[in-house]
Amino acid sequence: MPQFAIIAVSILFDGLAYAMFLFITSVGLSVTMGLMGFVNLAHGAFAMAGGYIVVSLTRDLGIGFAPSLAIAAVAVGAVSVVFERGLYRRLYKATDLEQVLLTIGLAFMAIATATYLYGPIPKSVPLPPWLQGDINLGFRAFPTYRAFLIVLGIALISVLWYGFEKTNIGAKIRAAVDNRRMAESVGINVDLLFTLTFALGSGLAALGGGLAIQLFGLSPSFAVLYLVLFLIVVAVGGLGSLKGTLLAALVIGVIDTGGKYLYAEAGGFFIYAITVIVLLIKPAGFYGRE
Amino acid sequence: MTPPRDAAATAARDRAAEYLVSRHRYRWAEALPWLACIAVFFLFPDRLTFGSQVLVMVLFALSLDLILGYAGIVTLGHAAFFGIGAYTVGLGAAKLGWTEPVSGLFAAFVLASIGGFVSGWFLLRYRGLTLLMLTLATAIMLQEAGNLGSEFTGGYDGLPGLVFDPLLGRFEYDLYGHTNYVYALVVLAVVFYFVRRIVYSPFGQALTGIRENVRRMHAIGSPVHWRLVTVYTIAAGIAGIAGALFTQTNAYVTLTVFEFENSAKVMVMLILGGTGRLYGAFLGAAVYMIMEDYFSKLSPTFWQFGIGLLLVLAVLFARRGVLGLFEQAGAYFAKDKNKGSKP
Amino acid sequence: MKMLKWAGTAALALALGGTTAQAENIKIGVVLAFSGANADLGQQIDKAFDLYVKLHAKDIAPHTVTLVKRDEGPPTGANAKTVTTELITNDKVQILTGFNFSPSAIAVAPVVTQAKIPMVIANAGTAWITNLSPYITRLSFSMWHHGYPMGPFAFDKIGCKTVAVAYTDFPPGKDSTDAFKAGFEKAGGKVTDSIPLGSPVQVPDFTPFFQRIKDSKPDCMYVFIPSGAHATGVAKAYGELGMRKAGIKLIGPLDLIPDNKLQDMGDAVIGTIVMGNYAVDLDNAENKAFTEAWHKEYGKDSYPDFMSAAGWDTMHAIFDTIKKLNGNVADGAKFVEAMKGWKTKSPRGDVMIDPATRDIVQDEHAMEVIRKPDGKLGIKVLGTTKAVKDECKVLKIGRCGS
Repeated sequence: MPQFAIIAVSILFDGLAYAMFLFITSVGLSVTMGLMGFVNLAHGAFAMAGGYIVVSLTRDLGIGFAPSLAIAAVAVGAVSVVFERGLYRRLYKATDLEQVLLTIGLAFMAIATATYLYGPIPKSVPLPPWLQGDINLGFRAFPTYRAFLIVLGIALISVLWYGFEKTNIGAKIRAAVDNRRMAESVGINVDLLFTLTFALGSGLAALGGGLAIQLFGLSPSFAVLYLVLFLIVVAVGGLGSLKGTLLAALVIGVIDTGGKYLYAEAGGFFIYAITVIVLLIKPAGFYGRE
Repeated sequence: MTPPRDAAATAARDRAAEYLVSRHRYRWAEALPWLACIAVFFLFPDRLTFGSQVLVMVLFALSLDLILGYAGIVTLGHAAFFGIGAYTVGLGAAKLGWTEPVSGLFAAFVLASIGGFVSGWFLLRYRGLTLLMLTLATAIMLQEAGNLGSEFTGGYDGLPGLVFDPLLGRFEYDLYGHTNYVYALVVLAVVFYFVRRIVYSPFGQALTGIRENVRRMHAIGSPVHWRLVTVYTIAAGIAGIAGALFTQTNAYVTLTVFEFENSAKVMVMLILGGTGRLYGAFLGAAVYMIMEDYFSKLSPTFWQFGIGLLLVLAVLFARRGVLGLFEQAGAYFAKDKNKGSKP
Repeated sequence: MKMLKWAGTAALALALGGTTAQAENIKIGVVLAFSGANADLGQQIDKAFDLYVKLHAKDIAPHTVTLVKRDEGPPTGANAKTVTTELITNDKVQILTGFNFSPSAIAVAPVVTQAKIPMVIANAGTAWITNLSPYITRLSFSMWHHGYPMGPFAFDKIGCKTVAVAYTDFPPGKDSTDAFKAGFEKAGGKVTDSIPLGSPVQVPDFTPFFQRIKDSKPDCMYVFIPSGAHATGVAKAYGELGMRKAGIKLIGPLDLIPDNKLQDMGDAVIGTIVMGNYAVDLDNAENKAFTEAWHKEYGKDSYPDFMSAAGWDTMHAIFDTIKKLNGNVADGAKFVEAMKGWKTKSPRGDVMIDPATRDIVQDEHAMEVIRKPDGKLGIKVLGTTKAVKDECKVLKIGRCGS
């Protein structure tokens, strides 16, 4: 295989793995913003919480990495319902600005709490042997963990797609995103729907947080550090669109990876340049409603 | 042909006119923040360095209020203009030897305004999340560009040891920050005067109209885009002045002025104080920074918890910002007195 | 609320200002990163300060010290400048120390010159900082301390004929790689690629950068990152990509393997060779006592690192100077003068403050990461260069020459 093809394959592979992380972590944010117009800047805090739960489970209780991820996702999803019912609910009718204030406040509190509980030193998790090392395909060796990310991402996308497109509840969610009032008037309980999707989104964020430890390490400021990245994926993809979020994650993941590989000197530019170009042409993102 | 007027309509019209005029009349309560600023100078002479930083943020928040509070433009890239202003005087002093401070402010205003005009002309066609991300990306790309040219800008280590001429050729910058504080306060007062004129002018009323109902403004033939670009340009210029003051009072600037955090923080301050009321910028920036200072002394490690809690409580109990609380209290006591003048 | 708070502070300042006695209570302002993305860096130094004061308070009797701690905030310079000014004007501290970030130290330099207060830097590593004020001394390192000697060592001893350098894209990163390049090219080596790794704020996904290096097949890769969360990310990406198997050795300054994160890094870092001034495993009596005291105070899973060792020496130097001046530290210039030429056997080896530059002169150790017999990760010293000065100032490069 010629050199440029090998490079292209590895950029695609690394970009795909990165994209899966972006998708998993951002999709919940997209749905909450699309469905309720709620600006949840504490989304990263849920991801961080998931990460720390994984750290505790694997290090202190000796539970395996994969089951820990699942437990963290479920636990954070469940706890997020408390926040949604107790705090967020009060502000659905409020302005974006008030929502920003509330959720930024929560993110700050989450950072301080995590610092108190875990200290500021970045944490990492022990990976099981089956996720270590690399898979050699002859022309190129691929890190096993990234292959795992891709497989997991594809599996999740399939499940979400099926849930969104083929089930009754998915149809209701889509209806509510398209036109909330109409959905309510035909008897869809949008409030309940929102609680469910909020929990799902937060759970997925927690999963993303757990997966991110291996990529970035985990420290309390994770709650806000990558928020901009998630918001970019959401905006470029289009609010509330599963398809859009996936496409945005792929585009950003692959172009960012390629940019860093080929033109490292301008590495920081690529993500923002794509964002600006896409939004100038399609203001509502790939699949957002204009 | 003039429509026939009856007495009731004339009376209503007069009342409305009187209301509009009365709104931009100075009220005695407006003196309070200024008196407080002056009192601080005499009461806390060894805290003026912090004080001048608060004033710079008030100015920055004020510029944001003009576009966010009055015109309803939500941006997360306002730090771009703060940064342009900061680097105008920074690079001016470091590379060109332009060390006169007051003319530096004008230069910062001009350059930041140009930045505001150009980006505003392109970006203000968009709204909501799209605008948010576009402004944010613009600010970060400026920062990245600054880092690419770090030979020139000093990158994240910034431009060290900037020396500015004594203020008006007379006042040296003392360690206690007396000069800086008075300087920042005077600049703030002058800018405030102009901003106040703007928001109570017909132009300001048109902006509020755009914020409240953009379709109707289009319908009555108001040049919405140009109005938005105009106010954005002015606000950018004022943010530039704030940035220039920031550089001058610190005698130092680094690329972190362009950071997302800077844009987000000023927005949080403004919302905390209350948007669209000018003095919200005052209160928000002051309350936020004083609480931050207080909590970070109390616990250098966990102070963010206190700030976070403050924000959450503000949203839950002070919907219209801290200023809203004061207004409610004021309205409660003055209920009877104001009855007649409400439209 | 504003009034009440400020009034309270002023009253406190009055109350504290009124102490006069034979035995001086010396107030030391400590400015460190206690919050934000790099909070762990502040903590590492803070712990060392507290430990030293606790164990050695008796050394300066009858005098006592009070540490007034403030959060340095983000590396903007502005916050550090404000809190430092207020430590001087409001809290009336007589000595300033700490300073994790170079921008903070740079912003504060004119303030200490104006106030004539000694400023003892415990971390900030941009080389030319010490030139900014005659009141600055530095006990930590400059980027050149580690980077420059690594050049010849990599070429002669590790066998790197070609090297790709990668660095976090901010001044310390450029400093460090410039220093390495200067030493390495002088020794005869060839730098094949130079890759900026993005901003110091976020840990990036290192994979694409490292994949590019892997494809260009140099003998070694020299990586500089700030020693916070980035370090773990480098170790993970390096391991995941199987770069050691591919024959590319990982070298760099010791920020790559901070002791407090080393145990988390896994087998991937074994064989990494760094140049630096400290490691928990350095074999000397002072270090044994230091690490024992540390573990006793903070638990066996807490490790000091090079920042803690610098913090320890910083407080040591301050205490020795207080003793030398018999508590009479009011004259900042005299304090700095008394610190010049200060030397000791430290946990890092022999250290001295260069009277000419007020910067540290110290031993640099080439260290390889190994799996120790007890199963933990540790280091083996491959060689030590004695009395290394900041080469940037010796060679008068850029701002270092002014």
